[in-house]
Amino acid sequence: MNGLAHQIVAGIATGGIYAAVALAIVMIYQATHHVNFAQGEMATLSTFIAWSMINAGMPYWVAFFATVVVSFAIGVAIERLLMRPVQNAPELTHVGVFIGLLLIIGNATGWIFGYTTKSFPSPFHSDKPLAGGLISAHELGSTAVTLAVLLLVWAFFRFTRLGLAMRAAAYNPRSARLVGIRVGWMLALGWGLAAAIGAVAGMMVAPIVFLDPTMMLGILLYAFAGALLGGIDNPMGAVIGGFVVGVLENLAGAYVVGTELKLTVALAIIIGVLVVRPSGLFGRVVYSRV
Amino acid sequence: MLLEARGLKAGYGQTQVLHGLDFDVAEGGVTALLGANGAGKTTTLRAICGMCRVEGAVSFRGQALPGRATEDIVRLGIAHVPDGRGTFMELSVEENFRLGAYIRRDREVAADFDRLCGWFPRLKQRWKQQAGTLSGGEQQMLAIARALLLRPKLLLLDEPSFGLAPLIVQEIFDIMRRVRDESGVGILLVEQNANLALELADLAYLLETGRIVAHGRAAEIRQDEAIRRSYLGY
Amino acid sequence: MTRMDESLGPSGAAGGSRAWRATLLTLGIFAAVAPAFLLESFQLFQLTMAVIMALAVLGLNIVTGYNGQISLGHGAFFAVGAYVTAILMSHFDWSFWATLPVAALVCAAVGYGVGFPALRLGGLYLALTTFSLAVAVPQILKHKALEDWTGGVQGLFLVKPDPPFGLAVTPDQWMYLSVVAVAALCFWGTWNLVHSRIGRALMAIRDNPTAAQAMGMDISALKTKTFAASAMVTGIAGALSAVAIEFVAPDSFTFGVSITLFVGMVVGGVASILGSLFGGLFVLFVPNIAEAISKAAPGVIYGVILILFLFLLPGGFAGLLRQIAARLTRRRP
Repeated sequence: MNGLAHQIVAGIATGGIYAAVALAIVMIYQATHHVNFAQGEMATLSTFIAWSMINAGMPYWVAFFATVVVSFAIGVAIERLLMRPVQNAPELTHVGVFIGLLLIIGNATGWIFGYTTKSFPSPFHSDKPLAGGLISAHELGSTAVTLAVLLLVWAFFRFTRLGLAMRAAAYNPRSARLVGIRVGWMLALGWGLAAAIGAVAGMMVAPIVFLDPTMMLGILLYAFAGALLGGIDNPMGAVIGGFVVGVLENLAGAYVVGTELKLTVALAIIIGVLVVRPSGLFGRVVYSRV
Repeated sequence: MLLEARGLKAGYGQTQVLHGLDFDVAEGGVTALLGANGAGKTTTLRAICGMCRVEGAVSFRGQALPGRATEDIVRLGIAHVPDGRGTFMELSVEENFRLGAYIRRDREVAADFDRLCGWFPRLKQRWKQQAGTLSGGEQQMLAIARALLLRPKLLLLDEPSFGLAPLIVQEIFDIMRRVRDESGVGILLVEQNANLALELADLAYLLETGRIVAHGRAAEIRQDEAIRRSYLGY
Repeated sequence: MTRMDESLGPSGAAGGSRAWRATLLTLGIFAAVAPAFLLESFQLFQLTMAVIMALAVLGLNIVTGYNGQISLGHGAFFAVGAYVTAILMSHFDWSFWATLPVAALVCAAVGYGVGFPALRLGGLYLALTTFSLAVAVPQILKHKALEDWTGGVQGLFLVKPDPPFGLAVTPDQWMYLSVVAVAALCFWGTWNLVHSRIGRALMAIRDNPTAAQAMGMDISALKTKTFAASAMVTGIAGALSAVAIEFVAPDSFTFGVSITLFVGMVVGGVASILGSLFGGLFVLFVPNIAEAISKAAPGVIYGVILILFLFLLPGGFAGLLRQIAARLTRRRP
């Protein structure tokens, strides 16, 4: 078994998860020009919800889809109840609300489900080693799922009427209103979609890193790195960035800095991107903002 | 009467821009709103669409507008081509068209697409192109097409001639003549180019610092030298 | 609204005559020093920590409150300051006072290094970068390569300095007085900064960056230096905390510290020196109260309080005081 090849393959598998979370971040950023710092905690909560459903005896995929739907609803609710009242408030208030959300969701998750680490099942099993041991069943399955989700989201935005309306509302809310689009609800839908994507990411990563309330904080960091690398205003770029970060993280962890410093790799990527090319690989050029 | 405004006041934040306007737009008619920069013409259109602070009475086909959200006013049948055209720059011409017809549920959308592409062949040529790459004149045509795709009863146009070469402006005003003649849409036209506007309009209102200082039939205003010299600059 | 009336400093309304100021100053010194002799050991320790947290919040206020740059990672500078002091005292036997300037400079340098790439761009990038820094710091501190210095997961133990010249105070009391002295110095320095030309420049950048730039200010340079200064102040607080607690360990400096400082700043009062004091008291004592309300989920209460303040009292406690003071002065005939 080729060690390097396996690291790359594993990196692509985790990269898929980073790409999904990065997409969620960029979607909300494009629509609202704010970064949802609570995205990780929301995904963790979703994963715990799935866990309790599975523990109660629900079959995996039923719990999976139920969780996606519930997470969508939670995302919509958060936007309508918490974000809408402060939509014209100064930046500090916005960030503060995200931080408050992070605190509430993060701690509520721990309170309701407990702080002990739990194992989360993977729906992907294989009796025989795949591709000569190059890739595990879960890595393959998880990559397939995240790619499917990303593809579905792309198709939704590209080909459906609602997706077009959401894009219009994000690019130009004023003109969107002038063609009759209810921009407020488009934002809520965007939040719902982002929450649903986050839930999928959480459920795919939990079997690997084990489930506890702080599970997604580090992953959020990688997602940020991926989103910045790809270009924070470019969804496609964010996705590619996520995959690249996954591979880089794995390679750096295996060959350069050791597994304990992987978060630092994310930090280094972020600072590196900001120093060398702030607009990322595919984003619009960022002019030195005042 | 398609649109009736009585005592319309509007402003932004603490600033009051309109101090009580009375004007009408008839079904199938063209009303011109003229005046210098800063007179409040754009604010008037925005006030109708609920895009700024509004007081007073504005009714559209008998329904009161103030207090409604912009998107709801649009859904009543008012299309607004704003200052700056409001094109979705990042989207293609085709997507801009699709958005223009966003609220429509009938089956004639495709036919309207064809008809408008017939009126604006250049847009058909650039169908898949990003709208931001179009020239100023093409963007103005796209904006008008998008507004017409709503099949509105009332069309609000904010300075369609702005920044365009005279030849293009003529084209656009010819289109508006067609719109008036063929579709029975009422038009409220805000223009700095008074001459062109008065050629097209039935009624004209002159705005100065948020008040209407003169009004009447367009033909009469055109012939009134005193008004032309004082307010229209020619 | 983050725009505050900075003319009301800790000395209260309209300065007035010299005698008035001198009286206030004396009273202030008395109020600051008295607890050392009135409180029991544990309560004194808590008050010491409150002052330290107030100083840390002050640091954050410099860059976020007065300069409008949102930092979600000031806990990282708190950690750096703490560890510099801990390492110098523990491995090199430095005296506590000697470590303070070093901690301050190191934090300023780190702040400059982190801020420089991000502050050229919009505020979003600083928020992301500082967030990432805060999340990554515990991992860095635990890393094997640095274990010899940092003591790894077990951390380092320190001993509070003995009072000098055989003064008749306990080490706890001496610690409290030292902390108050250092904090007072930093508060005084910040107060001067805020009321100086530079302070006005900082606030101009926050309130109207385009105009500020049009007036010829080098925005990026000023923002970066402000960030460095704010990192320095929070770093000093961290250094003080290391000695007050007599212990540093990576798990004391998780992302939660950065959030705590942020909450303290908002609740105490953004862009307010007095607010920073309130913030320090808040972050120290409220978690206990929150636990009393809900044994199971104090963090949730914390978050709810933050959001309530943002919605209802964006000026924090200091802002509330200001409103009350304004109403009282308006009532006078």
